[in-house]
Amino acid sequence: MTLSLTLAAGWVAPTIDYHALAPEIVLAIGLTVVLLVDLFTTERNKWLLSVLTGFSLLGAVLPVLTLMLHDNSVRSLFDGRYVVDEFSLVMKGLFLLAGYVIVLLSTSHVEEGDYWRGEYWFLLLSSLLGMMMMASARDLVSVFVALEFLSIPAYMLAAWRKRDVKSNEAGVKYFLLGVFASAVMLYGMSMLYGVANSTLLIDIGKSIDLDGAFGAVQALAIVFVVVGFAFKVSAVPFHTWAPDTYEGAPTPVTAFLSVASKAAGFTALVVMVLTAFPEGRDVWQPFIWGLSALTMTVGNLFALRQTNFVRMIAYSSVSQGGFVLMPLAVAGGPAGESALRAVVVYLLVYAATNLGMFAVILAVSRKTRSGEISSLGGLFSYAPAMGVLLTLFLASLAGIPPLGGWIGKFSAFQALLTDATPWAYVLAIIGAVNSVIAFGYYGNIMREVWMRPVPHGDTTPIVTPSSIQIALGITAVVTLLFGILPGIVLRFGEMAELLGAFGG
Amino acid sequence: MQMIYDDNWVLSVGTFLPMLGVLVLLITPKANEAAIKLVALITSIATVVVGAFTLFSFNFDKAGSMQFVAEAEWIPLIKSTYFIGVDGISLPLYLLSMVITLLVVIYSLDHVPSPGNPKAFFILMLILQTGMAGTFIAQDLILFFVFFELVLLPMFFMIGVWGGEQRQYASLKFFLYTMFGSALMLVAFLAIFFKTGAESFSIPYLVENGAGIAKNVQVWIFAGMFVGFAVKVPMFPFHTWLPDAHTQAPTQGSVILAAVLLKLGTYGFVRIAIPMLPDAALEWAPWIGGLAVIGIIYGALGCLAQTDMKRLIAFSSVAHMGFVMLGISTLTSFGVNAAVFGMVAHGLITGMLFFIAGSVKERYHTLEINKLGGMLTQAPRLGWILGLCTMASLGLPGLAGFWGEFPAILSAYNPADGLNVTVYRVYMVIAAIGTVLAAGYLLWLYQRTAFGTPKGGDHEEIHDVTTREWLAWVPMLVAIVVFGVVPNLLFSIIDPAVQETLRAFGG
Repeated sequence: MTLSLTLAAGWVAPTIDYHALAPEIVLAIGLTVVLLVDLFTTERNKWLLSVLTGFSLLGAVLPVLTLMLHDNSVRSLFDGRYVVDEFSLVMKGLFLLAGYVIVLLSTSHVEEGDYWRGEYWFLLLSSLLGMMMMASARDLVSVFVALEFLSIPAYMLAAWRKRDVKSNEAGVKYFLLGVFASAVMLYGMSMLYGVANSTLLIDIGKSIDLDGAFGAVQALAIVFVVVGFAFKVSAVPFHTWAPDTYEGAPTPVTAFLSVASKAAGFTALVVMVLTAFPEGRDVWQPFIWGLSALTMTVGNLFALRQTNFVRMIAYSSVSQGGFVLMPLAVAGGPAGESALRAVVVYLLVYAATNLGMFAVILAVSRKTRSGEISSLGGLFSYAPAMGVLLTLFLASLAGIPPLGGWIGKFSAFQALLTDATPWAYVLAIIGAVNSVIAFGYYGNIMREVWMRPVPHGDTTPIVTPSSIQIALGITAVVTLLFGILPGIVLRFGEMAELLGAFGG
Repeated sequence: MQMIYDDNWVLSVGTFLPMLGVLVLLITPKANEAAIKLVALITSIATVVVGAFTLFSFNFDKAGSMQFVAEAEWIPLIKSTYFIGVDGISLPLYLLSMVITLLVVIYSLDHVPSPGNPKAFFILMLILQTGMAGTFIAQDLILFFVFFELVLLPMFFMIGVWGGEQRQYASLKFFLYTMFGSALMLVAFLAIFFKTGAESFSIPYLVENGAGIAKNVQVWIFAGMFVGFAVKVPMFPFHTWLPDAHTQAPTQGSVILAAVLLKLGTYGFVRIAIPMLPDAALEWAPWIGGLAVIGIIYGALGCLAQTDMKRLIAFSSVAHMGFVMLGISTLTSFGVNAAVFGMVAHGLITGMLFFIAGSVKERYHTLEINKLGGMLTQAPRLGWILGLCTMASLGLPGLAGFWGEFPAILSAYNPADGLNVTVYRVYMVIAAIGTVLAAGYLLWLYQRTAFGTPKGGDHEEIHDVTTREWLAWVPMLVAIVVFGVVPNLLFSIIDPAVQETLRAFGG
């Protein structure tokens, strides 16, 4: 009793920088409004919800822009536990815009699915809010809370098609493995707290020092935390949930998981390794090196064997994750800044491209009602625009200039070669070989689209809802623009300075 | 290297004009085939006109300098610029790509291969043209890489959609081989960038500074570039994609592939790998020469074993590119001159042979050599053109092929300082045997297809060369003869640029 009173008396309310928190606040208001409107609207007016969701996401972009343009670029809140720096702003912009495209992709799907519409939008917004927090969290507690905040709605979204066994499987698998990962990570975090006597990432970074007592506990803690995020970004061998979840979840949710959720995992991983244990690089660099090489290779080899489109995308996105890990494997050394830039650039390009591909798939599967690769046969002959767009997105994922993907791969290679150690060169070679293997399955789909006959000779045209058309337009333009004028996306990468990393 | 900045718009216009045609084609309705063909034709004519302007404004007294140089900011963060220019090595190849595209477009006006869809076909062809022309003018490694890769997808679809029965396999094989090469090439480009102080991707800059890299590092960087370019050339043992791709590609695809795409690889050696990494080049040259002569003999033996006319021509490409690579591997200006001449000559001759093969296929519905015969009695003009081209291909003096082949062999007699003379003289002898084999397989091909009496009763409607075919072929035939009689037309442009390129080897 006395203790709590003393604590209460000593507590001073922190000053809150509302401008810095504005994007999160807008989203929080938005999701509350969505939930309330859902309660008081009739079935016929539920379309309002998707519009509201879209607007709250765009509304949250505005403060992100004003914060970016503001001189005072770094805002540190709650004693540095919640930081709005340029890195976090770029990532928030990515989450919000990716979220907006996902809203566009979901609209017709949700309208026609006659499931719980209001909940869908609410869960989507909640998960996005969690991601926004993740981008700014600089404290073990807030990192963990943000992680759960973004994950739990995602588990539910994966199982959203309640009467579909596969969707249930998707949700349960994702949930069980996700919780397991959280537990591992939490264990690692508790060790970190034990070592550093602080939950603030910067303090942890100071206490984990190579010169000091660097022992098994520190090493184990780092490994556990990295493993936890490896689950989140579906790095091999922690990827096993991804194919089943991606296949079973509703397609727009799969798009969400493979783009936004993955990007959030990488955001947290980058923040952890660069601010909490930069000095532990001898532990995490080789570990991530191995993860990266395995993830690229195994993801590719499995993707080659898939006949189901969404499963193939799942493995392809596993392997793409390996490419994002590639620069991180050298992020502790002299190539740190270019590695950070490479991760950001890769995530931005990957988001645009992958979302575009999902947009095509959603549009096409409305007609074919199938997820098999063979259902795409002859797409080019009866829907040339869709065929060409899908080709562009696949080529971008394969990293063929002049489409966006190449600059992502290029930046990753660049980071490795800046590091200039034999290990970095070896990883670069592995990456190069893998980007060729990847074309094996991307090319296979192109072959299906351009060279194979139409299944059952069914050449009825594809009717694309306008929301998906807009999504296609946005993603295609961004993918091409990033590829032809890579300066744009590189500038975002350059801008993304991470407070507390590289001694800054 | 001296830079001349006059008329700096010429190259950009010439390179990107086809993209304008692509945009127009995109909005042309698919059903209106006449309009589509017209747009493609006008675009490629306009491109050649710009090319002709480039040729006439080229300062031939300074063929060793970069001309029409343009520089603009492109990706400042990685220090890559939009930096273009041509010298005496690039110019013939740059123009060759334009002319070949025009001729292929003319040929396609009434030869759109099955399954039709001229709109997509011409769009791909024009994109291809931009990629090819861009590769020859790029003076920045990243820009080079982007253009180099730009040709991949259009060719992939051209083979895969409009090709023969095994087209899907052939197109994927083509793509995977090339992509494997270019992935390693990109890593090598980055490596040379960092090893020269991460200052610039500009090719002239890297040529200036690449020599300063330690020799053992150079050898590794060269290895990456070697794989990238050797796959494209293709050199033995990376050549296996070529017979499949050539055989399965539609006529137009084969012509472009043989005439221009293969040259991207050899051009890469001459422009990038060798001048940038002279020490590594000396180290690698005997191996390259060795693979080149293996290619010559292997290609020739492959030809002798073929029963399909198109596949035979494809294997003869392996042999001919072997001569080009042998010339390059001597690292002498004599050899490289021969190589660049050989590139142009091979482009014209083999391109022409593939055109003929396409027309034969169209008339006889087969390319099986056993089922052909008596072409001279059924279609005498076609037969005589085939005769001229086989003679040119086997290196008959007076036709263009001779000037690529003979000097290349001769150059091996006296390779650059630092290379083992004995080894190269052995190469020379083997290459000379290769020319005998070439005469063997080409004359045998000609004998079996053109001489004798026509076989089979169902070829009664064999017609001779059509007007469209004449239009497409005459420029190439004239060029084969003119360059054969007056080779100096080309050598006088190439030589100063080669001297400039090989400065590191003492000329």
